[in-house]
Amino acid sequence: MAIQILIPTPLRVYAGKQDVVEAEGATVGELLANMTGQYTDLRKHLYGEDGKLRSFVNIYVNDDDIRYLEKEETPVKPGDTVSIIPSVAGGSPL
Amino acid sequence: MLMLRSDAESDIRQHGRESYPHECCGALIGRGKEVVEALALPNMTENGPRRRFLVRPLDYRAAERRATEVGCELVGFYHSHPDHPARPSRYDLDHAWPTFAYVIVTVADGEPKAMTSWRLREDRSAFDEESVTVE
Repeated sequence: MAIQILIPTPLRVYAGKQDVVEAEGATVGELLANMTGQYTDLRKHLYGEDGKLRSFVNIYVNDDDIRYLEKEETPVKPGDTVSIIPSVAGGSPL
Repeated sequence: MLMLRSDAESDIRQHGRESYPHECCGALIGRGKEVVEALALPNMTENGPRRRFLVRPLDYRAAERRATEVGCELVGFYHSHPDHPARPSRYDLDHAWPTFAYVIVTVADGEPKAMTSWRLREDRSAFDEESVTVE
């Protein structure tokens, strides 16, 4: 059964201009793989060249950051809401 | 081109002045290329606020919610460069999100000076500068 994923503003253009998409999977990793299979342009903004989620990409299952759960192995079930939430960072040259 | 309402522009400058010598940061709320509100957010970096800023995910989410509440959208973020030019750094590039406007204001000796706006290229290779107008 499909699970809803909330897309943040800067990525909506790569997700058919939608703020919510649906994908299937039993874990966060499977869900994101399914989603980026449907919306391939999302991939480079979520994953680095090493294939890992970028450090400033935060994935929440309901209200919990997956870093404090089981990371991409965190299980998801129908009724859960998965959110992609940016950290915004920057600064001047050191 | 990015169009800043004059209140938003003066709020960014004031935030930069108050935060000096630390970096300030905040969200830009508006529609398309127009910014109607600059929403100040806490700089939560743990890497030295004189040269870094960080908007936490929960503050990001609050900014997106605020934009929706006022019938607008999140169009970008601003931050200050204390005693440095208003040009994005490599660190800014590595952490940038597509489609957003990134407004940078130089604060020199505590006084806000040049303000610029930048957008990430589609291939993430660089920023392109866009002109800023104030209405």
